Amino acid sequence: MTAAPQTVPVDKPDIDEASEFARPWVTIVHNDPVNLMSYVTWVFQQLFGYSRDKAELLMLDVHQKGRAVVSAGARERMEHDATRLHSYGLWATVDRQ
Amino acid sequence: MTIFRRVGSECVADFREDEVRVLRKVAEEVVGLLTDGFDREDPVVERLFPDVYPADAKDSAEFRRFTEGDLKTAKIDQAGAVLAGLPEAGKGEVRLDPESAEAWLRAINDARLALGIRLELTDDTVVEYELEEALEQDAGSARVFQLSVYSYLGYLQESLLDAIIGMGGNGR
Repeated sequence: MTAAPQTVPVDKPDIDEASEFARPWVTIVHNDPVNLMSYVTWVFQQLFGYSRDKAELLMLDVHQKGRAVVSAGARERMEHDATRLHSYGLWATVDRQ
Repeated sequence: MTIFRRVGSECVADFREDEVRVLRKVAEEVVGLLTDGFDREDPVVERLFPDVYPADAKDSAEFRRFTEGDLKTAKIDQAGAVLAGLPEAGKGEVRLDPESAEAWLRAINDARLALGIRLELTDDTVVEYELEEALEQDAGSARVFQLSVYSYLGYLQESLLDAIIGMGGNGR
């Protein structure tokens, strides 16, 4: 992805409230040299219902830091999120918070 | 080059004959990679089906056992939507309803990911420079062809995404 300056901190990702009793897991999206910035932003809006601004900041976070947490919650839900991201061609993994 | 435009709820573009030929070839190659040519060791397959637990091969394999089939089917269907949407032969108009437009968008992205791996692109790669260099070395090489297809697909994807976002509806 091509670089652009980031001026506003990224909001914390949406937390699955029900999972506060379970062990915390996160879905991580990694940077790659192919995906278009506009496409990654659009995918975050589509999959997580994030506003365009929030999705764009998250995309810039992935691009500039190499990876970003895009969702957090129960393990099964994170695995589901990762699979959906894979169906859009994003490079996603699951890890403990 | 072809640009998608919004006509009502559809994304529409007029494709030249060479574009139709390239898109068909690319979509067929993606289908080939996902069917008869499917090879877990292929770096393209690794990229399209990433390990969900990079540090835990066992958990990744277990997860893949339950999810890979569906993901593969979805990706084959996406590439199939491109083949179905293209004119039968020669140049022609492509009209995509919202569902087909999204399938095209994802399929073009898969094809770009596959080409990006084959071309060994990195974050520092500037495709225009790579193409210039490859042209100087051998204008008829496979690398020149792949780089120009890669550029073209990026352009097409951006234009389709712009047309899809123009659909409004989600208001985001």
